[in-house]
Amino acid sequence: MTGYGMTSYYECSARERLAGLLDPDSFHEILPPSARVVSPHLLQLDTPAAFDDGVIVGAGKLGGHKILIAAQEGGFMGGAVGEVHGAKLVGLLERARDERPDAVLLLVESGGVRLHEANAGLIAVSEIMRAVLALRSAGVPVLVLDGGQFGCFGGMGIVARLCDAVIISEEGRLGLSGPEVIETTCGVEEFDSRDRALVWRTVGGKHRYILGEAKEIVADDVAAFRAAALALIDAKPDLSLAAMTAEHQALGRRIERFGALPDALDIWRALGVAQPERLPLLEADEFRAAVANRRA
Amino acid sequence: MEKLTFEFLGGAAANAPRAAKLVGVVGSGNLEVLIEQADLHGGCVVEVVTAARGFGAIWQAVVDDFFARHKLADARISINDVGATPAVVALRLDQAAEEFLGGKK
Repeated sequence: MTGYGMTSYYECSARERLAGLLDPDSFHEILPPSARVVSPHLLQLDTPAAFDDGVIVGAGKLGGHKILIAAQEGGFMGGAVGEVHGAKLVGLLERARDERPDAVLLLVESGGVRLHEANAGLIAVSEIMRAVLALRSAGVPVLVLDGGQFGCFGGMGIVARLCDAVIISEEGRLGLSGPEVIETTCGVEEFDSRDRALVWRTVGGKHRYILGEAKEIVADDVAAFRAAALALIDAKPDLSLAAMTAEHQALGRRIERFGALPDALDIWRALGVAQPERLPLLEADEFRAAVANRRA
Repeated sequence: MEKLTFEFLGGAAANAPRAAKLVGVVGSGNLEVLIEQADLHGGCVVEVVTAARGFGAIWQAVVDDFFARHKLADARISINDVGATPAVVALRLDQAAEEFLGGKK
C-alpha cells in the first residue's frame, strides 16, 4: 500500500533500495559490476551470469552513521545464494569485524541456496551464519530489512533470524521452506501456494511481527524502512546467557501454545486479538495498534 | 546461450572521465546493461551474452539503432540478457546511455 510521495520498497530493485535508503551519495560499492566477479558455475551451465552475482555490498552512511550494507537482488535467480554471492556477504560481515561500523544492514530478498551451485551455496550460507554470530558477539548490530518481492526463505531465512532484528513490511515474507516448496513436498491440501491470503497470513510480515520474529513492521515505503533501521542502530541487544535462555524458553512455550493450531487466524484469536480476521486489511499503523500487547 | 560482439566507429569521445553505470536485472524477459569508459581507440563495443540463440540479426538491428541515437566513443557496453524483447533492450540501452552521459540519476 503505497500512497503519494512514498517509494515502494517492494517494487524497487536492490540498487534502487540502496540509493533510497542511504544518505545521498554516501554509498561505496565493493566489487562493483565492472569488477566482473561473476559466478563460475552458471556459464558452465550455459546460463547468463550477473556482473554482481545478484548481491551488492559496500559501505555507506545512514543518518551520518557509518554502516556496511548488502542488498540481494531478487530479480536475478530469486536472490539465491551462489558461491560468489555468498562470499560477498561473508566478506562484508568479516570486514565489519575489522572496521567495526555502527551497524551492518542486510537487505534480504532470497529464496535460499542457488540450486545451480548448491554445494557451494550451502557452504556459503553456513559461513554467513557463523559470520553473523561472530559479528554480533563482537558488539556490531546486524539488522535485516525484509520487504522485497521474493521474501526471505531457506538459508537466508535462518540467517535473518540469527541477526539482532528483522524490520519487515506487510509485503515481506520470512520463513524456512517457501510456500511452493511446502506444496510440492507435502501436497496442496497441506499448503496451497497459490492462495495469496493464506501465504501472507502464514509467512507474511504481519504474522512474523505478531509472533515476535520481526521486531518492527513498517509500511511499504523506503523512507519507513530507513527510519526503522535508524531507530534500531543504537539499541544494544542483550546477548547474555540469561537472555538467550529466556528466548529459548519463549520459543518452547510458543510450540506448546500454538503447535496444534491449524491457521494463523487461530493463533491471533488465541492471543486475544479482537476481530483477528480484519488484521490483513489494516495499514501498518492501525495494525500495530490492533496487536499492541497481544504479540507472542 | 550465445555470445555476440558488435563494434562501432565514428562516435564522439567524452571529455571528462565518467563512472561506470549498471541498469536492469538479469531476469526473465529482462537484461542488465553495464556501460563503462574504455580506451578503444575511439570505438564503441557492445558485448552481448544472451540465453536465446539465433537472434544475432535482431541484436545487430537494435544495437545499430542505438548507436545512431547515441554516438558513443571509447565506451564498452556489456549485456547479460535473458530473452528481453527488442523494445526492452532498446529502452535499457537508452537508460544506460542517459545515466552514463548525464552522470547522476
